[in-house]
Amino acid sequence: MTVFIEKGNSMRFSNTLPARIALACALAAGLGTSHAAAPANVTLGVAIPTATHGFTGGIVWWANQAKKELEAANPGLKVIVKTAASTPEQANQVQDLLVVNKMNALVILPLESASLTQPVSQVKNKGVYVTVVDRGLTNPAAQNAYVAGDNSAFGRLPAEYLARRLGGKGNIVVLRGMPSTIDNERVNAFNAEIKKYPGIKVLDAKYGNWNRDDAFKVTQDYLTRFKGIDAVWAADDDMAIGVLKAIEQAKRTDIKEVFGGAGAKFAVKKVMDGDRLVQADVSYSPKFIYDAIKMTANARLKGEALPARTIIPSVLITRDNARQFYFPESPY
Amino acid sequence: MQPTPNTRSTEPTTGPGPQPAPAAGLPALAWLRAAGPLIALVLLCIAGALLNPDFATVDNLMNVLTRTAFIGIIAVGMTFVIVSGGIDLSVGSMAALIAGAMIVAMNALATGANPPGAAPMIVAGIALALACGAVFGIAHGLLVTHGRIEPFIVTLGSLGIFRAVLTWLSDGGALTLDFNLAEAYSPVYYQSVLGIPIPVWVFALVAFGGTVILNRTAYGQHVQAIGSNEQVARYAAIRVDRAKVLTYLLLGVCVAIATVLYVPRLGSATPTTGILWELEAIAAVVVGGTSLRGGAGRVMGTVVGAILLSVIGNILNLTSIISVHLNPAVQGVVIIAVAYLQRSRR
Repeated sequence: MTVFIEKGNSMRFSNTLPARIALACALAAGLGTSHAAAPANVTLGVAIPTATHGFTGGIVWWANQAKKELEAANPGLKVIVKTAASTPEQANQVQDLLVVNKMNALVILPLESASLTQPVSQVKNKGVYVTVVDRGLTNPAAQNAYVAGDNSAFGRLPAEYLARRLGGKGNIVVLRGMPSTIDNERVNAFNAEIKKYPGIKVLDAKYGNWNRDDAFKVTQDYLTRFKGIDAVWAADDDMAIGVLKAIEQAKRTDIKEVFGGAGAKFAVKKVMDGDRLVQADVSYSPKFIYDAIKMTANARLKGEALPARTIIPSVLITRDNARQFYFPESPY
Repeated sequence: MQPTPNTRSTEPTTGPGPQPAPAAGLPALAWLRAAGPLIALVLLCIAGALLNPDFATVDNLMNVLTRTAFIGIIAVGMTFVIVSGGIDLSVGSMAALIAGAMIVAMNALATGANPPGAAPMIVAGIALALACGAVFGIAHGLLVTHGRIEPFIVTLGSLGIFRAVLTWLSDGGALTLDFNLAEAYSPVYYQSVLGIPIPVWVFALVAFGGTVILNRTAYGQHVQAIGSNEQVARYAAIRVDRAKVLTYLLLGVCVAIATVLYVPRLGSATPTTGILWELEAIAAVVVGGTSLRGGAGRVMGTVVGAILLSVIGNILNLTSIISVHLNPAVQGVVIIAVAYLQRSRR
């Protein structure tokens, strides 16, 4: 399927996200030098997961978007995007990128932290500049820079918002993603925040596997089991779709809010349009891969280093700021 | 075991209902083993009702049966393939791809120059789904018979192909049905007739049809004979290749029927659609008493197996006595226990 990219997309990047000032500055600096005389030759390898669900679909799309824009702007730059479905496959790709493609910079979103630490550490020892995205490696010495979303805000912001929305009193049911450190971090942050409101009760938290169909089933059963629910923390926009369908089917009117997460375009659209149940979301955009690739490429072209840690803040999306988070061309 | 197509077909029971009467000549012990999955289901339902009174409500029962319909319908088709000695690992990906193809085609019609009414578009979508299912099934069957490739490999290959094509169609994201079309189509999943949701009716019809074909027709006997001993079946002048291709065709059509019911539920297909459905369908068939080695099987056993699997998940969702991390372990224990109840049939 061909995706038509609106012209001037790269310009929009730098002025649409005021929350990402640091990033925007880095990018502006990068754009400024992109037409400097005789840029160094940079071969940038990008190793990311294959598109197995909406979020990783977004990762792949944003990575290719960054490649397109960067290669057009910098003749001396080559960006090679590789997608992997499993950890061994990704480790092989990292090796191939070094041996076959002679990369001198790598942006990697590791499928798994522990098992990729060694392969990445090996290429770093051979002089490759390594930026790790989203999932940190177990040995930070294997990376030059780390760029990630804010998982604890991903849990904390919905808790704050829902507590405010319910006036500090009510019943919430929670859907979790898959058993993983990311999911634990989010759920722990949510629980820590919600504990500050003694009037709010979390009835149960079950796994919906970041999947619409499983979320539908879990929600059906929540609705059978609990007669009074004030809000659902679906913890993911894809799961929120299943939640909304189950509520619609059961014709339940007690639920006031369904809070997803990640800022998928259909969810942001609902927030913009003033949906009855979806009035807010929290950003955790796959766009961070785009930011990471651009930052790394621009820094390497100038021979500079990135800050050791860049956390891209998760922001509460409401009707007021939703337009800044709406990317209709992205698949996610 | 020789094919014994003498089980009396009764009304299709899609829930814990009356067990088919033991046919004359079937030893009591064999009957007990055959009833194993049903006994397990009844026990599980009693446990569910004790753990949470909401379990035994009509609404919950309908929820469970409706969500079982997808896997159940696919598992009925899978019964034929497994009884004939084959296997199909691709059904989940096939369902996802058919769902995606339906959505793309219907959206194209809806946004075309002269969009027809919603009903013709939905009928076109359904026809496309059935055609896709039949073509995919025939392709599997021909590769297995004329191509002489192991069904495991054929369908493992197509599993990857189907899912990759869907992911490509959706650009890694979601394919979503046009809003008005989704509204017009949603009754197919959400509407009830005589108090029973449409997917449950369709599931019952498919199960009934499957029972009749497997137990009451010459073709059903051929399928069982082939699974029992393919060489002997050839000597008995059974057209083995044709019968095998037909089992894959039947399964493909079953997958298409399941997809036709699936699409109106969420109105979308994503790369996670139908993930691991193949394992659930195969588990339903085997838990229901069909041997993975082929030869003999019961469609009604498969139906009970499919319901059993979703009842476990439902009970776990309705209670919180154990850590959510242990839920899959409970499922595993129940599956093994049921398999133990109906063991050593050969």
